[in-house]
Amino acid sequence: MTKKKDITNETYMQTVLRRFRAHRLAKISLVVFVVLCAAALLAPVIAPYDPDEIVGAFSAPPSREFLLGTDQIGRDVFSRLLYATRVSLLVGVLATLISTVIGVVLGLIAGYFGGVADMILMRFTDMVMSFPYILLVLVAAAIFRPGLWSIILILGFVDWPGVARLVRGNVLSLRETNFVKGNLVAGMPLRHILFSEILPNTVAPILVYATSVMALSMLDEAALSFLGMGVQPPTASLGNMLNGAQSITVLTKQPWLWLPPGILIVVLVISINFIGDALRDALDPSGGK
Amino acid sequence: MTKYILKRILIAIPVLIGITVIDYAIMCLAGSPLEMLQGPRISEAAVEAKAIALGLDQPFYVQYFVWLGQLLQGNLGYSIKNYQPVGEMIASHLGPTLLLMGVSLVVSILLAVPAGIYSAIHQYSKGDYTVVTLSFLGSSIPGFFLAMLLIYLFTVKLGWLPSGGMTTLGTNGGFLDVAVHMVMPVIVLAVSMAGTNIRYIRSAVLEILQQDYLRTARAKGIGRFLVINKHALRNALIPIVTVIGMEIPVLFGGSIIVEEVFSWPGLGLMTMTAITNRDYPVIMGVCLLSAVVVLVGNLITDILYAVADPTIQLQ
Amino acid sequence: MELMRVENLKKYYDIRGGIVTHTIGQVRAVDGVDFSIQEGEILGLVGESGCGKSTLGQLLAGLLVPTEGTVYYQGKELSLHPKKRAADGKLALKDVRTEIQMVFQDSYSSLNPRKHVYEILAQPMLYHKLATKDTIEKELKRLLELVGLPSAALSKYPHEFSGGQRQRIGIAKALSLKPKLIVCDEPVSALDVSIQAQILNLILELQKELGLTCLFIAHGLGAVRYVSDRVAVMYLGKIVELGAARELFFHPAHPYTKALTQAVPIPNPTKRPAEEMILQGEAASAVHPPKGCRFHTRCPYARPSCGKEEPGLLPLPHNKDHFVACPYAKQLSQE
Repeated sequence: MTKKKDITNETYMQTVLRRFRAHRLAKISLVVFVVLCAAALLAPVIAPYDPDEIVGAFSAPPSREFLLGTDQIGRDVFSRLLYATRVSLLVGVLATLISTVIGVVLGLIAGYFGGVADMILMRFTDMVMSFPYILLVLVAAAIFRPGLWSIILILGFVDWPGVARLVRGNVLSLRETNFVKGNLVAGMPLRHILFSEILPNTVAPILVYATSVMALSMLDEAALSFLGMGVQPPTASLGNMLNGAQSITVLTKQPWLWLPPGILIVVLVISINFIGDALRDALDPSGGK
Repeated sequence: MTKYILKRILIAIPVLIGITVIDYAIMCLAGSPLEMLQGPRISEAAVEAKAIALGLDQPFYVQYFVWLGQLLQGNLGYSIKNYQPVGEMIASHLGPTLLLMGVSLVVSILLAVPAGIYSAIHQYSKGDYTVVTLSFLGSSIPGFFLAMLLIYLFTVKLGWLPSGGMTTLGTNGGFLDVAVHMVMPVIVLAVSMAGTNIRYIRSAVLEILQQDYLRTARAKGIGRFLVINKHALRNALIPIVTVIGMEIPVLFGGSIIVEEVFSWPGLGLMTMTAITNRDYPVIMGVCLLSAVVVLVGNLITDILYAVADPTIQLQ
Repeated sequence: MELMRVENLKKYYDIRGGIVTHTIGQVRAVDGVDFSIQEGEILGLVGESGCGKSTLGQLLAGLLVPTEGTVYYQGKELSLHPKKRAADGKLALKDVRTEIQMVFQDSYSSLNPRKHVYEILAQPMLYHKLATKDTIEKELKRLLELVGLPSAALSKYPHEFSGGQRQRIGIAKALSLKPKLIVCDEPVSALDVSIQAQILNLILELQKELGLTCLFIAHGLGAVRYVSDRVAVMYLGKIVELGAARELFFHPAHPYTKALTQAVPIPNPTKRPAEEMILQGEAASAVHPPKGCRFHTRCPYARPSCGKEEPGLLPLPHNKDHFVACPYAKQLSQE
């Protein structure tokens, strides 16, 4: 009760920022996430060794020379980890971007035009959603040659139904609002109604949803690469670094090979989830706090 | 009510047909299963003969209708790999998977429901923060990584639990043996499901707690315990039903990875093998089965929903 | 001069359902309405909620496509179908789009919460080339002055205003396109009573100053009597009485109008009529409207014949400008 800020005259962005800061775990997560992203981006600068080059003994434990030891063929684990984070983040961001764009476009069409277009699109969404997600991704990964870009495309093309449903629902309710009707009466063109009136009002829920899509696609990339159907070696990804741990020697005797990438996935995904959670609270227009 | 159920089933049928079409289209995109056979030891003529024997020389839509026609007679086709009927293969692997899924579902609900309700009732308390943080952890940890941690801890370090399989080799496995083998797979599946569900149930219960009728109940002087048990929990049933509905596809997907890691002899393991072998009839069969289960699951959820909430309009 | 005339205007909504989805019924929201709006007048439109008055307003504003009926605008037939091109001699909605504007009831939802007032007002004007980048600033300031708001309002977001101020912005938005006809859909019912009067006065002033024509929709007679030149009373999708505001209020001819006028509270208890007519029950369903006169199920004067034949909207013998859809209106008005 030392000082009470006047919150009656703040702008929308100020409100969002204030509410976001109130979420302590999200603040920490954001810092962690930014640091990890920076480390991944600056990998060529930070990494002590070339990630794909054999630089030391096989499976050497962590030492001063190799911070996190070396892998089975003598590559530096720490350097590989930095590059792997890069790849995993790339997969997460691009897959989310693709699925969000597809979802937004289809959701806008279904929601705004309704009728037959809506029915066909929604039935199609039902179909895609009826397949167990991983099964679909696995089948797709088996069909296309596994690799970084195919995994991005696969995840991008599988994740959109949730976004499409979300956008459609929002459009359906926004279409009935008076400000949309008012602009129809004012004779504004369709592109203005869709992109200037409706879309800006669905950005907040899309953003929140996108964080969870990103978390999920990073988890999926890890799972696929772990199963050997995702990013292919020698390119390192957090998932395929864990792939080696399926061998019992690695699992029992060389924890430095599989603990760091595993922990890194958890840290990345959990911080994205916390950031999403805080965004949900912060962007909620009805939240009084 | 009957009308509503009928209507829902009618909506599901085109979706189901669409699923088989998409599914078949994907398979056709995949390329020929004969690629797997090719090698120095097999002559080209033999490959061709095999293609004709499998009906692979016909256009894909013919193959689709042949497959669909057989399907309607209850025939899911034969595995390209080992010539077993797909239906039988699925049937023989279904038991272990259902056991694993069922137990995991029950465990995850036993975890999520009390935790979610506790968290909602004690909103913003230390306990609430702990539960929410743990639930985030649960939904952020990859299943296979958790599995490895568990194996490392319980098998390697402590030696308490077997690392894989359903029964100890050489024995035919009593109830206890199976139960011991199940502990880790169930934990992995249940934790990832509970993670999401705790937060879902928490926010659903929070919403219920803010309703006017609960405020009225409290204002009448009814004790906190009674308010929550008699008024809130009945309404919290609806989100719980939804959660169970959402679980089904997650379970199917999760069990593939869990079965692979723990060599659990179920559908998931069989599917992975089929995927690596491009054994299309088997993959088709599993996809179809899981899609049907998901559809039926959604249908049951919707119906239970309508039963649990009398205000939901059936149209 | 007549600005707009509608003939036999109908809007039915399909009710869909059944196991295989099909149309199982229709809501007859507007069911055969004829009237005209004179240039420069305010025509009030009153009725209970659900009588179809808002649907009628949205039909005239071109937000809905009528099921049946014809609309004439400045003497020419107007096609209300947004996508159709005009046939010979007909007007397309597109041609007159900016000339018919609307003010909504809920001023909060009628302004995009993500835009500040400048964008809300300027975008349509720039799109229709009613102003250029150079003149827009001046135009907007003039517009705000017209509705009684400071020019500082331009840089603010809708949630920073009070309900009354937002309604002023809503009116400014409608005026910005220099319309001839404004449909006001219950513009004051969501506002505090003290603010209501300000907004009503504003509408009156603007109408005089700019020579606007207005369709003023409300659910009670109070506000309508204050602003309207003529008033139409709607019941279950039909107009039951139409006449000059004063005439209609002091000498209501239709039993339903009578009930409505008595529902307006009178401050002085001694001036209240001895015999109050209070309507019983709810309005009948618009899905299955009663046969004959739609009001006969609630009308205290109903006679057996009322349930058989549907009365037309006819002028009273002693006043050709006063229309009533009740064959016994004359007798009733003398009682």
